[in-house]
Amino acid sequence: MRTKNIILLTFYFLLFTASLIPDVAVSAQQPTPSDDQVNAIARQLYCPVCENTPLDVCPTTACHQWRELIRQMLAEGKTEAEIKQYFVDYYGARVLSEPPRTGINWLVYVVPPVAFLAGVTLLFRAFQTWKRPAKEPITGADHSSSPGSGHEPAKGSGTAADDEYVARLEEELKKRN
Amino acid sequence: MLAQFGFGVFVLTFLLALFSVGAAVVGYFDKSDRWVEAARRAMLLTFPLITLAVLTLAYLLVTGHYELQYVYSVTSNDMPFYLKITALWGGQAGSLVLWSWLMSAFASAVTLRKWERDRELLPWVIVVTSVTLAFFLSLSILYENPFARWWQTTAGDFVPRMFAPAGAIPLTPTDGQGLNPLLRHPGMIIHPPMLYLGFVAFVIPFAFAIAALVTGRSDDRWIRLTRRWTLVAWLFLSLGLVLGMRWAYDVLGWGGYWAWDPVEIAALMPWLTGTAFLHSVMIQEKRGMFKQWNMLLIILTYALVIFGTFLTRSGVLSSVHAFAESAIGPMFFAFIGITFVTSVALLIYRWKDLRAEVEMHSLFSREALFLLNNLLFMGVLIVCFWGVIFPLISELVTGQKVTVGPPFYLRANGPLFGALMALMGIAPLSAWGRSTYKTLGRALWKPSIPTVIVPVVLAILGVRNWIALVGFTLVAFVIFVTLYEFWRSWRKSILKISRSVQWILLILLILLSIGFVVWIFLDLSNWITPVVCMLLSYFLVAIWLLARHNPRRYGGYLIHLSMVVMAIGILGIEVYQTTTQKTLAVGENIQIAGYTLRYDSLAQFPYTDGRIVTRAVVSVFRGEKFLGELYPRYDYYPSGQPMTIAGVRSTLADDLYVVLVNWENVSAAQAPFKVYHNPLVNWLWIGSLMFIFGFLVAAWPEREEETREGKI
Amino acid sequence: MLQEPNTAPAPKRGVPLWAQILVWIGLLGLLGLLAAGLLKAKNPILAVRSSVPDFTLTLFSDYEYNSASEVKLSDLKGKVVVVNFWASWCQPCRTEAADLETAWRSYEETGQVVFLGVDYVDTEPEARAYMTEFNLSYPNGPDMGARISQIFNRSLGVPETYVVDQQGILRFIQIGPFQSVAEIQAIIDPLLAGR
Repeated sequence: MRTKNIILLTFYFLLFTASLIPDVAVSAQQPTPSDDQVNAIARQLYCPVCENTPLDVCPTTACHQWRELIRQMLAEGKTEAEIKQYFVDYYGARVLSEPPRTGINWLVYVVPPVAFLAGVTLLFRAFQTWKRPAKEPITGADHSSSPGSGHEPAKGSGTAADDEYVARLEEELKKRN
Repeated sequence: MLAQFGFGVFVLTFLLALFSVGAAVVGYFDKSDRWVEAARRAMLLTFPLITLAVLTLAYLLVTGHYELQYVYSVTSNDMPFYLKITALWGGQAGSLVLWSWLMSAFASAVTLRKWERDRELLPWVIVVTSVTLAFFLSLSILYENPFARWWQTTAGDFVPRMFAPAGAIPLTPTDGQGLNPLLRHPGMIIHPPMLYLGFVAFVIPFAFAIAALVTGRSDDRWIRLTRRWTLVAWLFLSLGLVLGMRWAYDVLGWGGYWAWDPVEIAALMPWLTGTAFLHSVMIQEKRGMFKQWNMLLIILTYALVIFGTFLTRSGVLSSVHAFAESAIGPMFFAFIGITFVTSVALLIYRWKDLRAEVEMHSLFSREALFLLNNLLFMGVLIVCFWGVIFPLISELVTGQKVTVGPPFYLRANGPLFGALMALMGIAPLSAWGRSTYKTLGRALWKPSIPTVIVPVVLAILGVRNWIALVGFTLVAFVIFVTLYEFWRSWRKSILKISRSVQWILLILLILLSIGFVVWIFLDLSNWITPVVCMLLSYFLVAIWLLARHNPRRYGGYLIHLSMVVMAIGILGIEVYQTTTQKTLAVGENIQIAGYTLRYDSLAQFPYTDGRIVTRAVVSVFRGEKFLGELYPRYDYYPSGQPMTIAGVRSTLADDLYVVLVNWENVSAAQAPFKVYHNPLVNWLWIGSLMFIFGFLVAAWPEREEETREGKI
Repeated sequence: MLQEPNTAPAPKRGVPLWAQILVWIGLLGLLGLLAAGLLKAKNPILAVRSSVPDFTLTLFSDYEYNSASEVKLSDLKGKVVVVNFWASWCQPCRTEAADLETAWRSYEETGQVVFLGVDYVDTEPEARAYMTEFNLSYPNGPDMGARISQIFNRSLGVPETYVVDQQGILRFIQIGPFQSVAEIQAIIDPLLAGR
């Protein structure tokens, strides 16, 4: 009887110790990363299969698995850059919220500013070629600082201007007939 | 029977549209008034016909004729009457019909008036509007037919067809799938019609522009004729975009209002060129400049409208892949290609006739600033367009898929929008013609002084983010400039008011002030609301006095003001949004931004239209003070689709936005919650209301004396 | 609307030739690009009877093929290759998994057929659980960077199966799960017989 008790006790003791082991292993790791820590990274990534859905708000099972994967990687001590790189390696560059700056993707970043500057330069050059030496300035205060206050200056014009105006009028009328 | 009737009406209308195109062209080249008149009458006839078809479709929707594929896909027995009507534009086929109906309506409205003065433009206006109408009708007839019915083929498949396939038997389901739950939100109900009103209305100035190009006219008559159309188109397009933002915020459940999604960008792009166009035509009217710009901008707007129409079918399309997979994609692409190439060819042909009547003298003049305005809008357009097509290019060239997302757009567009805000402040004070940096500086120094104080004050209050500092400074600058302008004009116009009106106004203001002071004392803790209302009402009175003399100008200022007020909301949420997520047991709480939220209970119950609602009760505290309860929930519809509705507490200072996370495990014992804190976001919606008011002022009919004086 | 009288308007010039050429090249180029993109998007799936580009599948750690931890398609010339895309989060995949394993076992000894399981955008722990659940013994590996799926179907869904013949030509495409072992064998047997 007493041997049986001893055997039983030893068995329970071993069982008890065995059940402690996973706890010991867990406490050697970092505490489980919170939802906020996971989301901080997930919101910078896109769901690898859905269209245009950020990973932190994607409702599918697959996305849930990916968020848990991030949680696990954070628990292992991986950095944000490492996690993002892992996702790119495994799922492709489309998981990032902008194209990685490699190869042809540089075009994404370069074309708009270049096109914009080209447009500015073009217009500036056109402006320069249009500029002619100014003749005597007119008397109406056209450069007053309160726009819209004055009437358009209709006096003080030379006959040359009238001729120009008449010529243009005639041209327009010709087009209409 | 009715379906065949509706389809027949469509075909008839399509043929009429084609006829009117042909007749108009013949009439122009033969200089025959009779042919042009025939074209005009044909165009006018399309409207009652399409209306008939639309009414037929509406009737079929309301009475639940589920044998029709479209009716089946967007209605169901448990839907209320008003939703069945809105289901008219709930699906692709129906919204294309709506587009055609609007096009016909607007074209008829334009061709109804007496055309004595501008007879030569008429044929080409008819051609452009009829071609567009015919295109959309052809889509409805050939590809997205709302009158197609269900058949069961001999192979056992269910196919939707207009006419019976060989050996197939007709099928009549007893119930439909019902409208996508996302589309049952009020914002979503009016969002598509608003956008389409805006899109279609822009076709009218485009038609006139093409007419001017073809007939070789280089004056601004076409702009004057279509000024109201441009304004109205722009109003509805802007409203459509804002409604889309509100809908996304309320219903999509991720605490944001704009995701830089290709679908959203496709609707934004015509707005960009449309806004530039709206401003640029003022220069052509005042100075005879920018003619080439205006043609280019309206051509771009039209092309982007067609492009955007297709891509903005909400919930259906979110990528270029879906665009291509449906049969409509290539048709749209071909139509855009042809019209764009033709328009550009015409523009190049007439380019030299469109040279400016006056040259630009100074880079500091108002014309130059408007030029910069055009440039900046084009810059944003290039960024958006490039961002949308680049994934396509990348996939074609490297086979690799990439995503172009918010970081790209925000980084690229941020400075451009900032520059636009600065322009909103500088341009009203600039002068036409010869200006130097000195004259501009002299105009600007007064409102600049309080502006410079703003970032200092903000920095003292703890604002360190440079985007916020620059952004709010620009906002303040525009506000100060506008107020300054109002003040200067006020001082002039107050003298013009008759004595009696002055006395009435004074008494009114005194009474208003007393009323507000009483209101404040009724509830001292909530003093902000009456103060804001008081300031607002003074402002409104002032606006009325000022705007009477020059509604266009002051309406424009008000619209600018409303834009920067929206910018306040945008800056607040973009720069300062915080979010947190946690699974809570009953009674546990979660904290964010000084608020504490406590999970109280969960209930699950069915609702009248068959959906299962899961609703949580959350109590909100600030410190110890109880602020109220919020009810985040999600609904499961019979079709299996879930919809997340956030519980939101809105104040002028911020929004507290709580979502019940339905993709993690939810139970009465514990539930996951995601909370967003969105500072200042309600200024976005307030700004849009101000925008409507400003628009009404701007579009107010001008009195005769003013127009003759030639004011801005 | 009389303008300032002392200014001469800008010279009457058409669009310079270089600008016209640029505009047309740009415009037509853009349209061509979009057209090409749309065409490609319309046909995302590799066409039957076309040659399958070579790819390398890196296997999961407890799998190997010919004592190597990766498999190249080009090395498998002379055998029928069954490429099956699956994922642990995919419900329909589970219905065909057992059938695939049974079919594989039936062909294993002949050495004429190779089954390759490609795990599409999945997480490793769940993938391993899936493979253990269905006792998958044929070579399986993750589709790194989703590159292999791009070869077969640019908008791939799971499950999908692609059968390649002994000359590296794609012969059969199955979208969705197989319904039975017989269905799989009905596709492979004719290819083995040289038809």
